[in-house]
Amino acid sequence: MKISTLFYTIRQGFANIFRNKWYSLISIATISVCLFLFGLFYAIVTNFQSMVMKAEEGVSVTVFFHSEEGPIGDLCASHTEGQVPTDERIEEIGQMIAARVEVSEVRFISDDKLWDDFASNYYGEYYAAGFPENPLAGDNIYEVYLNDVSMQGALVNWLNSIPEVRQVNHSELTADTLSGVNLLIAYVSLGIIIVLLAVSVFLIGNTIAVGISVRSAEINIMKYIGATDFFVRAPFVLEGMLIGLLGAAVPLTLLYSLYNQALAYIGERFEVLSSFMNFLSVDELFGVLAPASLLLGVGIGFLGSITTVRKHLHV
Amino acid sequence: MGKKELLRKRREKLIEEKGVIYLDNVRKVYSTGSPALNGITLGIGKGEFVFIVGDSGSGKSTLIKLLLRELTATSGEVYVMGSDLAKLKHRQVPRFRRNLGVVFQDFRLLNDRNVYENVAFAQRIVETPAMEIRRNVPAILATVGLAGKYKAKTKELSGGEQQRVALARALVNKPSILLADEPTGNLDPKNSWEIMGLLEEINESGTTVVVVTHNREIVNAMHKRVITMRKGVIVSDEEGGEYIDED
Repeated sequence: MKISTLFYTIRQGFANIFRNKWYSLISIATISVCLFLFGLFYAIVTNFQSMVMKAEEGVSVTVFFHSEEGPIGDLCASHTEGQVPTDERIEEIGQMIAARVEVSEVRFISDDKLWDDFASNYYGEYYAAGFPENPLAGDNIYEVYLNDVSMQGALVNWLNSIPEVRQVNHSELTADTLSGVNLLIAYVSLGIIIVLLAVSVFLIGNTIAVGISVRSAEINIMKYIGATDFFVRAPFVLEGMLIGLLGAAVPLTLLYSLYNQALAYIGERFEVLSSFMNFLSVDELFGVLAPASLLLGVGIGFLGSITTVRKHLHV
Repeated sequence: MGKKELLRKRREKLIEEKGVIYLDNVRKVYSTGSPALNGITLGIGKGEFVFIVGDSGSGKSTLIKLLLRELTATSGEVYVMGSDLAKLKHRQVPRFRRNLGVVFQDFRLLNDRNVYENVAFAQRIVETPAMEIRRNVPAILATVGLAGKYKAKTKELSGGEQQRVALARALVNKPSILLADEPTGNLDPKNSWEIMGLLEEINESGTTVVVVTHNREIVNAMHKRVITMRKGVIVSDEEGGEYIDED
């Protein structure tokens, strides 16, 4: 293709938008509405998913070891010979736990720290008077945090298989609920995104088809004069892509402003809410949403125009 | 000698032997079943001026569509400018059509563009350099008598002027054949004669002109070759002939 033809194609692509103002406006509005809904939905889902992930990070598994004293003094000493681990063995087990793929963090809590935390939580500063000695002596524990709560079952099974481990505390209900919610969000998001995209392609395809049928006479003349398929198609495809780009830029600007305002409003009016609900920052959200929407807009414009022009090429 | 050169020589030989347009026993049957063209054999030489006449349904439009390679024949051979149209691939059609200029009854101009842009549009399609477009368009507009109206929007022009723009657009790429499908169908007698005068001038400069028309007065007055079609067959083909009624 000659350079002059390339520039002509680009000029025509832009000129077509202004030549058919109403058609262009309707197309841009259609893409904008679809991508606005997509962006809105994406913002809600990603925030929700981020909150669930934050909640997952707080879910821990507690590992107790056999001790000479048994749990809470000697009330239920149930260990057998060789099951009480040495300090070195406990450290070794800690390293083994940390090496697991499911594990994001392992915290060692000594018996003294454990009693301090427990007693200060339940008895306040006067607890020492009632317990001159640490009733949890020998009960060193690990608090294990997970990368993904759905892997909790596998980790618990493995921990239970270690002979020195007396007990593993975990909440199956919390893990199952969080995994379930995560899975539900994934399915619902996928479903809604597919529906929204299908609706967008259908609406935009129709709008572009109307626009092109209005100009079928022009395409017809071009073909009679001897225009190649590429020459006929290129300005329309460029026009479709530009419309898609504009159609994506409008809702992105609107969503950016709305999201900023919503964050400020929630921060001001519902301070309590913000303490346990961690909203994504504008940059975090738009880092993915902006390129995805622009790509979708351009892609929808490209697909819509290339398929509809093709129908008019066989003259 | 390269393959392209060989093909060009072969086409030139075919044009010399059979003319710029050659149809041999051509049939065109639509899906409805009845044949629109039924065994047409026809040759049109380089530089000829030919009228194709006939009533509605006689097959004139189908013939034009075959010559433009908008349709392909059901059977028989169609050669235009030495190219066998049945063997032409879809991607080769644009280059083939650059040999032809087409004018329609309804002008088919781009109404959102001015006279100059309508004509320049045809040159851009065949990728003519911008410098040449700036030289060729005013020249062809002067030929059709519209030099002073190059800035006018097509809707501001009379029917005759619009058909002149269409003629300028068809001629600016210097086609070997000009196909005019009812070029005076929407014009008053004065404008019709002016357009026919222009077509005659174009023909005198060496372009083969094929005019499909219903205009008996013009056909009878111009004393050109007249091919009369009826129900898909040629019923007469006469140099200096007249428009023959069906009855």
